[in-house]
Amino acid sequence: MMPVVTPARLQEFSLELATAVVQEFRDQPGALINALHKLQETIGYVDEAAMPVLAKLFNLSRAEVHGVASFYHDFRRSKPGRYTIRVCQAEACQAMGSEALSADIKKHLGCGFHETTADGNFTLEKVYCLGNCACSPNIMVDKQTYGRVSMESFKNLTAKLAGKALTSREGSK
Amino acid sequence: MTTRIYIPRETTASSLGAELLVDAINTEAKYRNLPIEIVRNGSRGACFLEPLVEIETGNGRIGYGPVQLEDIPELFDAGFLNGGNHKLALGNVSELPWFKQQERLTFARCGLIAATSVEEYKQLGGYVGLQNALKIADKDIVQTVLESGLRGRGGAAFPTGIKWKTVLDAQDDQKYIVCNADEGDSGTFSDRMIMEGDPLSLVEGMTIAGIAVGATKGFIYLRSEYPLTQTILLEAIANARAAGYLGNNIAGSGKIFDLEVRMGAGAYICGEETSLLESLEGRRGQIRFKPPLPALKGLFGKPTVVNNVISLATIPVILEKGGKYYADFGMGRSRGTMPFQLGGNIKQGGLVEKAFGLTVGQLINDFGGGTATGKAIRAVQVGGPLGAYFPPDLLDTPCDYEAFAKAGGMLGHGGVVVFDTSVNMAKMARFSMEFCSVESCGKCTPCRIGSVRGMETIDKIVAAKDDGERNKQHIILKDLCETMESASLCAMGGLTPMPVMSAVKHFKGDFQ
Repeated sequence: MMPVVTPARLQEFSLELATAVVQEFRDQPGALINALHKLQETIGYVDEAAMPVLAKLFNLSRAEVHGVASFYHDFRRSKPGRYTIRVCQAEACQAMGSEALSADIKKHLGCGFHETTADGNFTLEKVYCLGNCACSPNIMVDKQTYGRVSMESFKNLTAKLAGKALTSREGSK
Repeated sequence: MTTRIYIPRETTASSLGAELLVDAINTEAKYRNLPIEIVRNGSRGACFLEPLVEIETGNGRIGYGPVQLEDIPELFDAGFLNGGNHKLALGNVSELPWFKQQERLTFARCGLIAATSVEEYKQLGGYVGLQNALKIADKDIVQTVLESGLRGRGGAAFPTGIKWKTVLDAQDDQKYIVCNADEGDSGTFSDRMIMEGDPLSLVEGMTIAGIAVGATKGFIYLRSEYPLTQTILLEAIANARAAGYLGNNIAGSGKIFDLEVRMGAGAYICGEETSLLESLEGRRGQIRFKPPLPALKGLFGKPTVVNNVISLATIPVILEKGGKYYADFGMGRSRGTMPFQLGGNIKQGGLVEKAFGLTVGQLINDFGGGTATGKAIRAVQVGGPLGAYFPPDLLDTPCDYEAFAKAGGMLGHGGVVVFDTSVNMAKMARFSMEFCSVESCGKCTPCRIGSVRGMETIDKIVAAKDDGERNKQHIILKDLCETMESASLCAMGGLTPMPVMSAVKHFKGDFQ
């Protein structure tokens, strides 16, 4: 039995919202990355239209903000699925069959890395090490790590996550 | 009487269902009308026993593990709250050979206490080091660290005391302590474990560093893959501040030091200290030229100590027990202990803290119990993705920085990843190049372009129709690796050839 994560409640992007949520970083030197994280936590990704807001806040050019946002693997530029699944590709997980597991996961979900399933439930990403190398192979769903993942436990988990996504959507209406 | 039950709040335990156990045990105890208190400790490091549930009894802490949700009613039936017998019972956990054979200095408290409790931290020697540091001159603190022989545990193994002395001697109105918690190397998790299991040791270590070099502000740069660690660290920092161990009057001394946690964003290169500083300043994590050294011109251009988590978390015990006490462990120029991490294809994976000097084979066999799959060991990678692949006949190499270098490897951060006979080493060599190409910051050509050419060359070697063509490509690969090694700006490009060339050297048969 594994914990079933509730999907994050994301808000729709607007310039007003973006401007509001990053204000707390105004006086923190070098906090652009904090601000990008905050934006992504709020709306699920870093919207192109938010670049001028950040540029103004940190007294940078838009190109500089773009340069930072595009450098880091974490920052998405489009809306993800209800859950983001990251599958570890690093050596310790490879030693426990992560390559075959990744291939089976792609087949099962019907999408590749950096893609989202047709039902909008799962965005699949690669990750290099989740720091749980004694219990490989590992995956992470949003902020929850799962160790010793097999294809059977993966199918079981994603079925439950899909169910949870459905009920939490109904609850929010 | 209320029974104290320990269930780790920690990534490994959580990844195997520990959070579900907390709810289930609470519910079941209420139903049976049994008074319990659940303490959230860190992991004691035996990942293969997680989730490990421990019961405090008159005969010590009795462990049960690995516990799954469905075991709970049965455990209650077996009277586990009194240490009752059950198929998952492990007896007194501290007496298990796996723990008894370790030498825990840095991890002495990890898993034993409620992780973020200042009170419990102090009960087991916490903040004695800081009190001692406050009684002596700043240069004497640095001298103690020099005497301990502590070398940077992040991998580069540079003497910590020398870094500190450089920053102490630098004159400036502002200095910083930066903790490198961007633990991106595959096979390593000791930073995470100490931050989740005994975060106050890191907080205390950074505070002592601040007092020693005259820095009033510290940053912990934590990788974003560790969200639970972030929660625990922030809680520990808040508790330390509330107890007067951070802020404007450290332990009543009038000294100032405070901490901020900043999250990385999934870039491996930010584990390199100058990239990390760039990232902390809100920029692309591209490395800086050295000199100037970060010790003189570091964060925001100010003198900065950049140390790894384990280096800093080891400072309290050094100040508590003395530099000599610490230096009495170890071998050669590798003094003290190292928290080794056993991962990959290993039966009993986890964290083993031992004095330097035991062999890799002892770690894997005596502690790790061999491979998880039961097949023979084919290769072992020590020191993360930039470390060498060793064949079984090099497993008698002692874990010591110099001995490893002599054997063509690198001890690095102490991660040990085991592979069984199913591994294809040409594939692993190619992966090293691929990883470098994905994670290169792009600043220098040998790393940025070399890694891509490296992948292509390995593909050509594997696809070669005859030995003549294959040998030609092997010469190109060797030449390319030499260029990357000597002309890259940092360890990413400079060390990627290490796993690649060690795979070629020891497993050449796989490259066809």
